[in-house]
Amino acid sequence: MQFMMLLTETATEFAHRDDPEKAPAYWAGWTAFIGAMAQAGVIVRGDGLQPPYSATTLRIRDGKPLVQDGPFADSKEQLGGYFIIEVPDLDTALAWAARAPSASYAAVEIRPLLPPMPSLGG
Amino acid sequence: MNEDAARYAAEQAARTAHGRLVARLASRSRDIAGAEDALAEAFAAALRHWPLRGVPASPEAWLLTAARNAQRNAGRHRRVQNAAIRDLELRQAELSAPASDWPDDRLKLLFVCAHPAIDAAIRTPLMLQVVLGLDAARIANALLLAPAAMGQRLVRAKAKIRDAGLRFALPEREEMPARLAEVLEAIYAAYGTGWDGAGTLAQQPGGLAEEAIALGRLLVAELPDQPEAKGLLALMLHCEARRGARRDAEGRFVPLVRQDTRLWARASMAEAEQLLMDGARAGRFGRFLCEAAIQSVHAQRATTGRTDHAALRLLYDLLAEQAPSLGVLTARAAALLEAGDPRAAEAALAALPAARVVSYQPFWVTRAALLRHQGRLAEADEARRRAVGLTEDPAIRDFLQED
Repeated sequence: MQFMMLLTETATEFAHRDDPEKAPAYWAGWTAFIGAMAQAGVIVRGDGLQPPYSATTLRIRDGKPLVQDGPFADSKEQLGGYFIIEVPDLDTALAWAARAPSASYAAVEIRPLLPPMPSLGG
Repeated sequence: MNEDAARYAAEQAARTAHGRLVARLASRSRDIAGAEDALAEAFAAALRHWPLRGVPASPEAWLLTAARNAQRNAGRHRRVQNAAIRDLELRQAELSAPASDWPDDRLKLLFVCAHPAIDAAIRTPLMLQVVLGLDAARIANALLLAPAAMGQRLVRAKAKIRDAGLRFALPEREEMPARLAEVLEAIYAAYGTGWDGAGTLAQQPGGLAEEAIALGRLLVAELPDQPEAKGLLALMLHCEARRGARRDAEGRFVPLVRQDTRLWARASMAEAEQLLMDGARAGRFGRFLCEAAIQSVHAQRATTGRTDHAALRLLYDLLAEQAPSLGVLTARAAALLEAGDPRAAEAALAALPAARVVSYQPFWVTRAALLRHQGRLAEADEARRRAVGLTEDPAIRDFLQED
């Protein structure tokens, strides 16, 4: 079963990425986590995302595109990356989520992927 | 065979086998709602077939086959199924051996219902519906919740189990104690809170005490090495033993200390004591064993004629360490007062969070007793009135007003 692991970060942790003093520890935590998942062979794919300042949100209202600087949700925690993992069940997915560095200061959301669309007329 | 007899047999099978059948049908698909629908179709088919052909040797095996047919049908987007094959399968099912040697998947179902990914407030209702087959209205009634909202939340919880990939298996060894605690908590909530003062919903007609005890027995049978499961069942049986003594002939509430011990059910008490002894042997004295031990001390009054308040005080101290809930801490204060230590009782009550005791009936009952003991009668009366205003059970309300 495939799950998406949506990893959020706080502004503080986003800042750690570029802070010469904090960055090594920050990245070491993620490298260890991702390495462990890779070793276990559960990663289908995954990426980190540039910080929220780089986000642009688009909505079309009354036929007009509205482009907004910033992410779609204004909240303290913002999406920082994602993984698609292949594991037998939610319990296993949660066990992996618990090991994500951000789980202890931000949050990890787990959602199953939709199954493939049934072929029409089949 | 007449229709009434067939209906009776079908209802009987549906009641006793509901949880087992849903568990079997859902264990692969994780689709509890789908399993329940399939079972309802099987039940309807039984009402058509059994009056004509007689009740099969194993109604459960027959219902399982019919329900699997219904599930397959639903899976094929309701394409017309080959009626001849279906009939043949049902005829074979009529000859099946009784289902006693089936694996019992109900425990897996219980653990799924009490999964941490399921909203905590819906776990107990979910268990009662899925494993025991109670309808939403009955559950809502017993747990004081709105039936419509309850129905929706049950549907949502089942959809989550189907789609979110919850593990349909017993927890692994290291997870077992924490996960089991969730299951026990939910069963205890179904049994109802208090038996000697607070809410007595579970004791009322339509309450869920019997169902909770049935689940407790299932857990003890399936998890013989879990002392806390024994503790919970022992606790419920001790409380259940006093059912007949809790009201007098006029229906008035009788508090535990004034109950006529001759009215206590000896068989339930003996069973509870045995469970408590078995459970205590494991050397881990958890929350429910502790609560059962407290009830065991009260039960001893039936033989000794007195209550060992020192033992109660000790057990409440232990319980407060294990499970420092508002209920436990209030009960501990009451035990301290009973043990003749009003100063400790006063300190224990004073330590409770003021915002939470405002609407907590047992707190005001205990506070009234303490103030009365201290001779502060006007304040005691004030506390008693607050307790009356917070009481749901009319018999207890009357009792507090007369007291």
